[in-house]
Amino acid sequence: MESDYIVIGYGQLTLAALLILVNVALSAVLQLGLGKSLLVAALRMVVQLLLIGFVLEWLFTQDNALIILAIALVMTAIAGVSAVNRTQRRFAGIYWHSLLSVLTASALVTGFAMVGIIRVQPWYDPQYLIPMLGMVLGNTLNGISLGLDRFVEGLIAQRDQVETLLALGATRWEAAHDQVRNAIRVGMIPTINSMMVMGLVSLPGMMTGQILAGADPIDAVRYQIVILFMIAAGAALGIFGVVLLAYRRLLSPDHQLRLDYLEKVGR
Amino acid sequence: MRNLVMLDPIQQGAVKFEGQTPSEWGVSAYRSRVMYVPQRAVSIENAARNALEGTVQDNLMQVFELGVYSQRQFDPHLIQTWLAQLGRGSEFLTLQGARLSGGEAQILALLRALQLSPQVLLLDEPTASLDAATTARVEALLHDWLQHPHRACLMTSHDAEQIRRVTHRQLNLGEFV
Repeated sequence: MESDYIVIGYGQLTLAALLILVNVALSAVLQLGLGKSLLVAALRMVVQLLLIGFVLEWLFTQDNALIILAIALVMTAIAGVSAVNRTQRRFAGIYWHSLLSVLTASALVTGFAMVGIIRVQPWYDPQYLIPMLGMVLGNTLNGISLGLDRFVEGLIAQRDQVETLLALGATRWEAAHDQVRNAIRVGMIPTINSMMVMGLVSLPGMMTGQILAGADPIDAVRYQIVILFMIAAGAALGIFGVVLLAYRRLLSPDHQLRLDYLEKVGR
Repeated sequence: MRNLVMLDPIQQGAVKFEGQTPSEWGVSAYRSRVMYVPQRAVSIENAARNALEGTVQDNLMQVFELGVYSQRQFDPHLIQTWLAQLGRGSEFLTLQGARLSGGEAQILALLRALQLSPQVLLLDEPTASLDAATTARVEALLHDWLQHPHRACLMTSHDAEQIRRVTHRQLNLGEFV
C-alpha cells in the first residue's frame, strides 16, 4: 500500500520504549515505588495494542457483514458491562439495562452516521464502522456509569423526601423525576464540557491521527465534528435509557421506593 | 405503618380499605385517603427549583401540584386558623423549609397532611420532637380535626400518658417495638 506517512518499524518502537526509562528513573530517584507497575502497564499497553492491530488488520480484509457485526456486538457488550462495573451499587438486571441502553444508543447513532451522513458503501465497511462505533461506545459508557451512579446515590440521599412525597399521594414519577433529571444532566456534563473546549484545550486524538496519516486537516476536522455529534447523541440516548430503566426498577409500579434491591459492591 | 400505606411491600396478608385493596384504589388515590406522616419530617420543596427558596408556605402549597389533588386548592385561611390554634403566627409560613427545627418540621408535616383531609391519618410519634405545651396544642388540634365524620387517626407513641389522653382504643405491641 502506498502511504504518505513514515511507517514506524520495530526498531523505532524499541527507541520509543526507551522513553519509559524516564518514568522508571524518576520513580527510582524519588522512591515513588511505581517502577514495577510502570513496567507492567507499559508491557500490557504494547501487547494489547499490537494484538488489536493484528485483529483490525484481519478484520479490515473481511467483507462478511455477519463477522463485522459480531465484532461490533462484542465491543458493545464489553462497553455495557464496563459501564456497570464502575458503579458502586447494583441491582438485579442492571447489566441488562446497561447492555440494552448501550446497544440501542450506539446502533441508532452509528447506523445513522454510516448510512445517512457518511454514506459508506457497503454500510458495514469495517474501516469506518469499527473506529466510529468505538468512539461512540467509549463516551456512552462514561455517560451511563455517571448517570447510573448519580441516580442511585441521589435516591439514597433524598430517600426521605421521595418517600414523603409518595406518602402524600405522589406517583412514582412525581416523587422521583427530580432524581431522573439530575442523573441525566450529570451524565451529559462531560460530553458538553469537552465540546466546549474542543480544539482550544484538547486536540482530539482521532483528528490528530488522521492528520498524521496525511489527511487534509480540514477533512480531519469535518470527521471530528461528525464524530462529536455522534458521541453527544449516543451518550444522551444511552444515559436516558439506562436511567429510565433503573427508575422503573427502583420505583415499583406500586409506587414504592425499593432501595432494598440495591447491593453495595466493594471496589 | 409503612406497610399499611404500601411504602414497604407486605410479606403476608392483605390491606383493604372500604373493601378494596390499594391497587384497586390506585396506590396514589389510596395514599391520599390513608395518609402516613413519618416521624422524621422533611420538607419536599422542589430541589430543581432551588431548595433554599422553599418556605413552609411553598411546602404546603406544592402538594396540590400532585395529580391526585388536581381538583383541590390550597386554603390559606384554614392554615392560618390552625396555626393560631398552635400558637404560631403567620411568620411561620415564611420560614425556610430546609432549616426548620425538628419540632417545626413535625408541625409542617402534620399541617401538610391535615389540609388534604385524608379519611385515615397514620401518625408515627407525631409529637416526639415537641415540648409539652405544643404537644397539648397539637393534641387539641387533632381532636378538633377528628370531629369531622369519616375521619380516623392511628398513632404510635411511647408516651403512656399521651396514649391515655388522646386515644379511644389501644394496641400494645409490647417489647417488640
